[in-house]
Amino acid sequence: MIAATHDHPANAKKFTDNEPRAHWHDQAIWFVRSKRDKAAWTLPEWETLRERASQIKTHMLSNLAGYLEQFEAEATKRGAVVHWAKDAAEHNEIVLKLLQSHGVKKVVKSKSMLTEECHLNPFLERHGLEVVDTDLGEWIVQLLHEPPSHIVMPAIHIKREEVGELFHKHLGTDKGATDPPYLVNAARNELRQKFLGAEAGITGVNFAIAETGGFVVCTNEGNCDLGVSLPKLHIACMGMEKIIPRAADLGVFLRLLARSATGQPITTYSSHFHGPMEGGELHIVIVDNGRSKILGTPEFRRSLHCIRCGACMNTCPVYRRSGGHSYDTTVPGPIGSILAPSRDPAQHSTLPFACSLCGSCSDVCPVKIDLHLQLLTWRKQIAALGLLPFDKRWGMWFAGKLFSRPRLYELAGKVGRTLWPWLPRFMVYNPLNKWGKQRELPPMPKKSFREMYAQRNETARKKNS
Amino acid sequence: MPRVGLFIPCYIDQVYPDVGIATCEVLERFGCEIDFPVNQTCCGQPMANTGCTVDAVPVARNFIEIFAKYDHIVCPSGSCVAMVRSHYEHLLHDEIAAGRVDKAAFKHVEKNTLELVEFLVDVLKVERLDVPFPHKVGLHQSCHGLRELRLGQCSELVSPAYSKAEQLLKTMPGLELVPLKRVDECCGFGGTFAINEEAVSCMMGNDRIHDHEEAGTQVMTAGDMSCLMHLQGLLVRQKKPMKIMHLAQIFAGRSVV
Repeated sequence: MIAATHDHPANAKKFTDNEPRAHWHDQAIWFVRSKRDKAAWTLPEWETLRERASQIKTHMLSNLAGYLEQFEAEATKRGAVVHWAKDAAEHNEIVLKLLQSHGVKKVVKSKSMLTEECHLNPFLERHGLEVVDTDLGEWIVQLLHEPPSHIVMPAIHIKREEVGELFHKHLGTDKGATDPPYLVNAARNELRQKFLGAEAGITGVNFAIAETGGFVVCTNEGNCDLGVSLPKLHIACMGMEKIIPRAADLGVFLRLLARSATGQPITTYSSHFHGPMEGGELHIVIVDNGRSKILGTPEFRRSLHCIRCGACMNTCPVYRRSGGHSYDTTVPGPIGSILAPSRDPAQHSTLPFACSLCGSCSDVCPVKIDLHLQLLTWRKQIAALGLLPFDKRWGMWFAGKLFSRPRLYELAGKVGRTLWPWLPRFMVYNPLNKWGKQRELPPMPKKSFREMYAQRNETARKKNS
Repeated sequence: MPRVGLFIPCYIDQVYPDVGIATCEVLERFGCEIDFPVNQTCCGQPMANTGCTVDAVPVARNFIEIFAKYDHIVCPSGSCVAMVRSHYEHLLHDEIAAGRVDKAAFKHVEKNTLELVEFLVDVLKVERLDVPFPHKVGLHQSCHGLRELRLGQCSELVSPAYSKAEQLLKTMPGLELVPLKRVDECCGFGGTFAINEEAVSCMMGNDRIHDHEEAGTQVMTAGDMSCLMHLQGLLVRQKKPMKIMHLAQIFAGRSVV
């Protein structure tokens, strides 16, 4: 067995050890799930929309090469420059070269999970650039030198008292201040200076439209628009699955995205970019970084439907109680547990098992990714790759043998049930028995069902004869 | 008279035999002729859900052979039924292709394996259960019965409200169903998940119990004994008064112990 570098059960245990905080985290995120439910119920056509969105994505993925080329041609016609990056390293190099060739030292960035995935910030900082994340949550985690714990609400794991403390340290706000408007205002003043001083703006892309060569970025804070309105250089970074065929398809996704993500009917800003602003430059970096590989595996292809709404995280009973950082990946939760093993199954082998297979994620997903079934498929692949821990592997081998031999199964059950009540408690409840740490085992009956059933039939036979 | 092959999950056979007997009693009351084939063991779900497909295949193959001769195969567990109905096709794909599992037998078993409550409601068309049960009952909706077999409306979906279990429970004199805050959140059992992710599993279980406590549940019931085994383990350790009973036991008129 190769030990998983990232150990979800151990990380989750640490998170639940602080029980009040784990409860707070669960409830804060459940609140978002509840808002999502209310928002979904305002649209009687919700399930039709989900089906439609799923079909559009399936169609797009089956014709991805053509749509990407169409997007490049249309975007180029509008004066944008399209770059292609096969992986994170190429993406980072392209961005760095663009910034250096324009003499840029200060960059503002709106939220982009792709640049998180490529670890762009530390890369640019190593080359002497100042990068400021301008999404409030993202900026908070940047100041804390932490990765986001959620893809839509990056600082959902931070309490406002802690934000107060952080801002006191970095912005000189009053010590002990926890009033949200006061803190937000302080952040706004500080970020305004960053926007004014920036020489380039980097954004993500939510939807890139093949038909028009334009793209849309969804934010709630307007930071995307602020970040790209003053500087002359706008770099937009997108995963290659962000393509949608037509402008007419946009309505389907915009209606689903914010409702699924936060329960809002639509994000406060849906910023459309069709070509560079007057006198400016627009560069679009299209990134593969493992997506082609996923596209080539039929059982996981549908994970590329993902529009990064975070609904699967909000509904996941494990995510809510283990926190985003327990996954050790850029994208946590159910979708992250599918995407990460495709990069490195050994390193992320515990993630497909960080799931009770409740199936809630598959039902909540606005683009109908069969998340829990893909997690199950990953379990099979991890077993096939020999990455299961020893106890699981041999335990299941033994169970398979036992269940294939009805007489042996019956005998083992009988022996177990007979001996059980005679075992002293310390032998049953010991550190090896994880079940018994917080739970009692059920009382063992004297007879199995099959024995009782046989006896019952015997009694009935005697009565009738 | 429908001929029913009784499928009793391994852990019910060994640990909760009364749930099996109660299932027999309920089925007989509605005129079924039941038979329990003794060479059955397990559906193979523990192995399959751990990723150990190779170990699950022979068990699933036996299952098809044993149950192919019955009109209906009925089981007091949504999870084990979902294994047969939703996952056998994938699991046995190569076996069927190689002729080691008879395709017609597989199709018959896949189609006619039913969870107890859906068999009562959909096949036997049971409308009323005139068995008094004067207690406050909290229904735990087990995930596989809910989201794989669709035994009730799922809170994630925008679709009409229904619940096959509730439909029957509501006809029982004296029984009061309590309203829960999170109507269908997972209890955290999840098979090997309960051991593998012990900390999260137990927190999920305690949260479910708390929801039921606030709602005033005296008896927590479900269609799956596995969820209840996990919740019972927590309840007994914490010396809480709430009781657990399988739906079959309530339908059969068992008293609360």
